[in-house]
Amino acid sequence: MNKVVSDADEAISNIKDGDILMLGGFGLCGIPENCIAALVKKGIRDLTCISNNAGVDDFGIGLMLKKRQVRKMVSSYVGENAEFERQLLSGELEVELIPQGTLATRCLAAGYGMPAIYTPAGTGTEVAEQKEIRNFNGKEYLLEYAFQADYALVKAWKGDTDGNLIYRQTARNFNPLMAMAGKTTIAEVEQLVPAGQLDPDFIHTPGIYVHKIFQGKSYEKRIEQKTNRKVN
Amino acid sequence: MPLSKEQIAQRIARELKDGYYVNLGIGIPTLVANYIPSGIKVVLQSENGLLGIGPFPEEGREDPDLINAGKQTVTTIPGSAFFDSAMSFGMIRAGKVDLTVLGAMEVSEKGDIANWKIPGKMVKGMGGAMDLVASAKNIIVAMMHTNPKGESKLLSHCTLPLTGTRCVRKIVTDLAVVDITENGFKLLERAPGISTGEIRAKTEGKLIVEGDIPEMVF
Repeated sequence: MNKVVSDADEAISNIKDGDILMLGGFGLCGIPENCIAALVKKGIRDLTCISNNAGVDDFGIGLMLKKRQVRKMVSSYVGENAEFERQLLSGELEVELIPQGTLATRCLAAGYGMPAIYTPAGTGTEVAEQKEIRNFNGKEYLLEYAFQADYALVKAWKGDTDGNLIYRQTARNFNPLMAMAGKTTIAEVEQLVPAGQLDPDFIHTPGIYVHKIFQGKSYEKRIEQKTNRKVN
Repeated sequence: MPLSKEQIAQRIARELKDGYYVNLGIGIPTLVANYIPSGIKVVLQSENGLLGIGPFPEEGREDPDLINAGKQTVTTIPGSAFFDSAMSFGMIRAGKVDLTVLGAMEVSEKGDIANWKIPGKMVKGMGGAMDLVASAKNIIVAMMHTNPKGESKLLSHCTLPLTGTRCVRKIVTDLAVVDITENGFKLLERAPGISTGEIRAKTEGKLIVEGDIPEMVF
């Protein structure tokens, strides 16, 4: 078993034009910075990106948007990005907005081997249009399908050479769900350790879900909304 | 005097009870955290994966891995827990969150809510709002009574695309506290110095006024 690759360039080497990618993170928190940088460098195009958000103009997925590498975004909230707005309004970019819990659970379903789930989110709204509706115990639910993604790109705090992952604080968010959901999952970690050095009781993502792992470098971990306590 | 945003938050905070798990939306709802009554423990849920949101960090102590759903840097309180986004919406869907406080553009007398999309304007997305309103058992809306054009936001029917239907239980505006009942908006309290007539004039949907309506006291 050898899951360890040297860097992001090697990790993403098989990703090709038109692939469907999942990218972990919430806002700029817990995003796979190294993989995004490598994708920008390689210039792969026509990508579909499933990600809760679309980054900001000069960071995160925003860097890929700027180079027009993204054909379609599947997200729950895409504010804070002027270039995104421009491409959307000009029709260069397709966007599918879905409720955040539905996004998370469609990842979960994929990772749990379930083809679809029922959720009440979006019933009675335009999200329900053309979807199968079923009544359980007097309440309506929408049928939503598991995602099918070629690659999941996730960021963890610690990982071992067998691909076991541990996330830190709210940087966990969508990462463990997407890690389970990708046909191929690539994990970048702040600390890569030999197998056996992480306590098995504290693993968030078991290595079976992870195909490639590498020690990330130069993390910027940009803060989107720095907010401090008012000092009297 | 109409209530300030802080006073709206302060009024909503009176609805909190010991042991409540609460999800606060962005904007006025976030301010509710500043007015949690002393002597009770309330645990704030952040849908990006945190139970037990603490105050904003001191300058220089912010951690990029620790944010709230508004992407602001936060801290944790003792007893907090982190989890992934599926579990976060799982606890919301399963009705474990006792109270949800949201902003809104429009609320109908049936309890429908519109707060995510204005036709013709750039749509940023619904985030977690549709999941929250579809499942929460107790939703309070915090908003201004009228929009910037002076038009009522408490309507017989919402005109904007809906976020959810028949879900709002109570509304606290700058002018009034109203409950959503089977028969329409029921006026419970007035802002100090605001007459029942003014509230009626600024409420497009059906407003039920029974007896003397008390003024809020701050």
